[in-house]
Amino acid sequence: MSFEPKIIGILCNWCSYTGADLAGTARMKYPANMRSVRVMCSGRVDPGFIFDALAHGADGVLICGCHPGDCHYVEGNYKCMRRIPLTQRLLQDMGIDPRRLRLEWVSASEGGRFQKIVTEFTEEIRALGPLKLRDMKFDMNRPDRYSLMAEAGDTVHTY
Amino acid sequence: MTKPKLAVYWAASCGGCDIAILDIEEKILAVADFFDLAFWPCVADFKYKDVAALDDGAITLTLFNGAIRNDENFAIAELLRRKSVVLCAFGSCASDGGIPGMANFYERQTIFDYVYGKSPSTVNPDKVYPQPLTKVPEGEIYIPAMWDTVWTLPQVVDVDYVIPGCPPQSDQIAAVVGAVIDILKNGKPLPPKGTVLGATDKSCCDECLRQRDVKKIKKFVRPFEIIPDPDLCLMEQGILCVGPATRGGCGAKCVAAGMPCRGCYGLPANIRDQGAKMVSALASVIDSTDPEEIGRIMAAIPDPLGTFYRFTLADSLLRRAQV
Repeated sequence: MSFEPKIIGILCNWCSYTGADLAGTARMKYPANMRSVRVMCSGRVDPGFIFDALAHGADGVLICGCHPGDCHYVEGNYKCMRRIPLTQRLLQDMGIDPRRLRLEWVSASEGGRFQKIVTEFTEEIRALGPLKLRDMKFDMNRPDRYSLMAEAGDTVHTY
Repeated sequence: MTKPKLAVYWAASCGGCDIAILDIEEKILAVADFFDLAFWPCVADFKYKDVAALDDGAITLTLFNGAIRNDENFAIAELLRRKSVVLCAFGSCASDGGIPGMANFYERQTIFDYVYGKSPSTVNPDKVYPQPLTKVPEGEIYIPAMWDTVWTLPQVVDVDYVIPGCPPQSDQIAAVVGAVIDILKNGKPLPPKGTVLGATDKSCCDECLRQRDVKKIKKFVRPFEIIPDPDLCLMEQGILCVGPATRGGCGAKCVAAGMPCRGCYGLPANIRDQGAKMVSALASVIDSTDPEEIGRIMAAIPDPLGTFYRFTLADSLLRRAQV
């Protein structure tokens, strides 16, 4: 079976979610890979949400907010603008391709732009392939875990 | 009447936590008076087999410091979990992975290659690496095998309480030990499982005495580059301080002395990832709305991953560098 990327889209209530709505009412088609989450402002997006999404099986995270200068809360999207590059740097240092996280500005009237972004991003993530994270949960039965010490009392005091 | 038993163990740790316990000064006498010492490798010669010979649940309180990064650490963690009524993750290594947790930036092989090969003080032309099993004329000898990934104690066994800090501050240890003795002596109920002892729920900033105004930064500096104002918030002076994303309880001692918080008390309550929270906090203080300028300001942070996750990488959402 071919790889279908899972993408979490975090959309601001005032511009981007409405823009996505416009794409929907205008019957514009885009891949169904994105699960959208509505937040009140892109400034609400804590980098923890992004890490949480990736740690729980998302292959990419798309964040959309109002264009700079258009924020409903005056400067929320600037906060997001400052967070994302640093978050991408953390991802890169963690060995995760920073292209898996994208920030875009989508206004309420840009249904077509939203369609284009989601389509492009989905194809980019498809090309990057599934995000494989390892050691997310402790497994004592991994082969590199020697079981020689199962009975601590018997073996340990010999060295 | 037999005394309740106390155990203290060090796994992947530096020994500082053990010293911090001894640092509670004369109160250590009350501990020695009230408890029977069942196991404490740092201060006396106990054998694992003696602990294994105890009944399950025979130890009343175990203070476990150190991360879990080899099979010996893990075996003793399991053993002490079985033998203890109350198991405390003591110190940042046990609770969050601590400094050893930063090994999760690399693979085991990369670490071995450096330590036993490339490091400037090493001469190892035959590439001799430690092996878990070695044959000698007398038989086979065994040393614990190092794992690829460092784990926190709560990730590998069930833990009752957490006492954070690198090391936990002695006044906090004394308070916790006093409370434990009080609870055991007077039959009081234990705090709910999972409680973080010896610390507050708020951030380090909450205890910091420095003056805070509106934070607006155009440039990050490293502590040696400036002489910081003794009364003003370090972050406002451009010094990267992890206080906003760190649990309070230490009394903000480093910050009071002019050094930025390194984050050893781990996450404040209701926060899941220290690095993510620190990114959030920094993004709020940078004074720019121009992507290029933001990029330049951010680029001046030398090692964001190592700075934000200095003590909590093993407990972070992404856990380790994914190679």
